[in-house]
Amino acid sequence: MSAKILIVAEHDGARLNPSTAKCVSCARTLAGAEITVVVCAVDAAAVAAQAAQLEGVSRVITLENAANQHALAAVLAPQIAALAAPYTHLLGPSTTFGKDLMARIAGLLEAPQVSDIMAIESATRFRRPIFAGNAILTVETSAAKLVGTVRAASFEAAASGAAAAPIEKASVAAELPTHTRFVSVSAAKSDRPDLQTAARVISGGRALGSAEGFKILYRLADKLGAAVGASRAAVDAGYAPNEMQVGQTGKIIAPELYVAVGISGAIQHLTGIKDARTIVAINKDGEAPIFEVADFGLVGDLFQVIPEIERLIG
Amino acid sequence: MKRILVGIKRVVDYNVRIRVKPDNSGVITEGVKMSVNPFDEIALEEALRIKERGGAEEVIVATVGPADCQQQLRTALAMGADRALHVQADGVIEPLVAARALLKLIEKEQPFLVILGKQAIDDDNGQTGQVLAALWQRPQATYASKLELTETSARVTREVDAGLETLEVDLPAVITTDLRLNEPRYVKLPDIMKAKKKPLETLTLPALGVEPRQQLKLVRFEPPPQRQKGIRVKDAAELVEALKKKGLL
Ligand SMILES: Cc1cc2nc3c(=O)[nH]c(=O)nc-3n(C[C@H](O)[C@H](O)[C@H](O)COP(=O)(O)OP(=O)(O)OC[C@H]3O[C@@H](n4cnc5c(N)ncnc54)[C@H](O)[C@@H]3O)c2cc1C
Ligand SMILES: Nc1ncnc2c1ncn2[C@@H]1O[C@H](COP(=O)(O)O)[C@@H](O)[C@H]1O
Repeated sequence: MSAKILIVAEHDGARLNPSTAKCVSCARTLAGAEITVVVCAVDAAAVAAQAAQLEGVSRVITLENAANQHALAAVLAPQIAALAAPYTHLLGPSTTFGKDLMARIAGLLEAPQVSDIMAIESATRFRRPIFAGNAILTVETSAAKLVGTVRAASFEAAASGAAAAPIEKASVAAELPTHTRFVSVSAAKSDRPDLQTAARVISGGRALGSAEGFKILYRLADKLGAAVGASRAAVDAGYAPNEMQVGQTGKIIAPELYVAVGISGAIQHLTGIKDARTIVAINKDGEAPIFEVADFGLVGDLFQVIPEIERLIG
Repeated sequence: MKRILVGIKRVVDYNVRIRVKPDNSGVITEGVKMSVNPFDEIALEEALRIKERGGAEEVIVATVGPADCQQQLRTALAMGADRALHVQADGVIEPLVAARALLKLIEKEQPFLVILGKQAIDDDNGQTGQVLAALWQRPQATYASKLELTETSARVTREVDAGLETLEVDLPAVITTDLRLNEPRYVKLPDIMKAKKKPLETLTLPALGVEPRQQLKLVRFEPPPQRQKGIRVKDAAELVEALKKKGLL
């Protein structure tokens, strides 16, 4: 039996989130898989068109409903569960959107879920990190239907520009709950690249000392076209907003260049950067564990080193 | 009675350096420090604060797992929970089984609020709260960093990739905690003594009518690929030079 995979698209109403293209890449590693993307929206046209162009996608289904204005798991899950019958696998990204939603779908279907898939070995066999990435587990399922979230950092985005796959409007008879209501979202507006897709990331830790202290990182980041991240300690202390946290319980990223500034390198932080191509550590303590994973380590005071780097790159 | 139910999972302490067994059958847990999952401590702390404010009358902690888990339930009782429910179960307990068992406890105890951790730091599944909410057909508010209650609803601020999202959910509901919801209290010695006298009830999966089905076989555990240790540079100039050479600047 060949795999039929349904991927739940993440989007903001206008643009497809890059994590969806990574789910497609993940699904494509399963030879012969037939890949369908489902877009839940009020008006799905623009996002569906983008999904239809991803290489490997054979069909896009849209579920349009006024209730889909905000991505509420309790509202989306019954719609997707109602579509699930023909599929062997339902995948979504390991983002807060996907983690919140896919497990609710798994609950409705009473199907097992594999979280944070980093490799598909066969239609029934998967690899995933556990214990904050300190062990890699291979799991095998006997279930006929499986839900999964895809660890985006493990996959390149599927290319866009393929001949557009057909787009079909679907409607499902699921009853949608009203017990969950969107109130607001506050997202810091930033012109910097998105942390999850940026090629370069500079992160600051507790050592930055204040929100004011973080400014030296923003200045350098802007010169390099880099995104800025933070350790949990820096976020807890209010030096940086929560969406900047990198690590086991923050964002898992895979930039070309990661610069850890005044970050000690706790395992929970390192989990978030394991797939970075090159890691640079700047820390005044030569014994800090971050140096064990750094490709380039510089022992020094960040408040001297960072301005100097900025000067040197002009 | 206004009750809050809190899920407690026993996990390898977050400070332990995890090592995979040489035969790849699991990770080494012999002689390793075990603790309450950090997110569950936060869940319990939140429940206790709600009770202390007069928003609840009883805080119940529950775990599904082997006999050893009672240690973590005792810790939770020492933190301030009123009573504990231990659903005895051996082997791997998948989120669906844990959620089904918790649902049975919900049916019994009728809590107006259920608080779980957003993820267990051993399996890193991050599923149980959502699965439970789906089975219960009630709202979920995951990754909570702020929780405000009224008589009939909860306003929850959630840590999402974009920033902070606020939802309003009708009660009863399932909340899962993020790290910044609160800072859990420390357990004091006299409380540990007092906790020994608090009720801890033991149940079993069959008695609850839940089948301990395992649908994901754990085939093989491996250590992650190690990153090669790199080089030390002496100053900013050498660093910039090295990065330029690699085409990174
Ligand atoms: C369940 C759980 C989940 C967690 N999830 C995450 C997560 O997702 N992400 C995360 O980051 N953490 C996470 N943590 C926290 C983690 O364990 C560490 O506490 C945290 O990463 C430490 O942050 P830090 O490195 O900024 O601070 P510290 O450990 O305090 O390190 C500060 C570093 O700065 C250096 N320093 C000080 N002054 C200077 C200076 N002037 N110049 C240069 N260097 C200087 C010091 O030598 C030190 O190494 C989690 C913890 C738990 C229990
Ligand atoms: N066996 C269990 N017993 C009690 N609570 C659990 C159990 N497994 C998971 N939970 C709860 O569900 C949360 C998420 O777990 P998980 O889905 O395994 O990452 C945990 O933080 C606990 O609050």
